[in-house]
Amino acid sequence: MDLVLFLVFALFAVACAINVVVQTHPIASAISLIGVMASLAVLYLLLGAEFIAAAQVIVYAGAVMVLFVFVIMLLNAGTESKTGRSLVAQALGVPSLVALLGILAFFVQRLFPREASSRFGAFTGGSAKAVGKALFTTYLLPFEATSILILIAIVGAIVLAHKEMD
Amino acid sequence: MAAVPISWFLTLSAVLFVTGAAGFLFRRNIITVFMSIELMLNAVNLSFVTFAYQFKKVDGHLLALFVMVVAAAEAAVGLAIILTVFKRRPSLNIDEVNSMKN
Repeated sequence: MDLVLFLVFALFAVACAINVVVQTHPIASAISLIGVMASLAVLYLLLGAEFIAAAQVIVYAGAVMVLFVFVIMLLNAGTESKTGRSLVAQALGVPSLVALLGILAFFVQRLFPREASSRFGAFTGGSAKAVGKALFTTYLLPFEATSILILIAIVGAIVLAHKEMD
Repeated sequence: MAAVPISWFLTLSAVLFVTGAAGFLFRRNIITVFMSIELMLNAVNLSFVTFAYQFKKVDGHLLALFVMVVAAAEAAVGLAIILTVFKRRPSLNIDEVNSMKN
C-alpha cells in the first residue's frame, strides 16, 4: 500500500514537474505546479509529517499559487515568445543538469542502504504538537526572525505595488 | 505492506530539483522562471522531511517550515517587482530586461 501510494504520487509529481517546464503558457505551468505541491503533500503524510503536509496545502498550494495566478491574470500573460538567445544556456545546461542528476542519484543510492525504508506510522513526531513545541523552544530565535522577515516583505510589497498604482 | 526505500524519496527530490533548474535555465517567461524556483524549493523540502524521517527527529520539519515562510515572502516581493518591471516595459520576456547589462 505504501509502495503503491508512493509510486502513484511520485510519478504524478514528476509528470506535473515536467509539464511545468514544457508548457508555454504560464497558467498551464501554474496549474501543473499545484499538482506537484498536492502530490508532495501526500508524500509528506507518508513520511509522518502531518503538520508540514497541511502547511504545504494551505501555504503553498493555497496562498502562494493564488498569488501567482492573480499576477498572471493581472499582467495578461500570454504564450511566451522565443528570442533564440538561450542557446548557450541550453547547450551547456542540458549536459550539466544530466551530470548533476547522475551524481545526486549515484550518491543517494550509494550512501543509503537498501534496508533503510520508510513505513507509514513508524515516525509520529511530526504532529502539530511536536512541531509547535520545537518551534517555540529550540527554534524560537529563527521563528522571531521569520516574523520580522515577513513584516519586511509585506512593507516591501506594498511600497513596490503602490508605485505601480500611481 | 511493502515499504518504500528512503533513497527513492531522495531520488525523487533530485529529479524534481533538476527539473526546476532546467526550467530556470531554459524558460524565457519571467513568471515561469519564478515558478521553477518554487519547484526547486519544494524538492529541497521533500529531502528535509525525508531526513527528518530517517533520523527520527522533528528538526527537518522545522527547516521545511522555514523554507515555506521564506518562499512565501519571496513570492510576495518577487511578484511585486515583476509588476513594477512590467509597468516600465510591457514585456514578460527576461531577455528584454537588460538595461543593467550595458
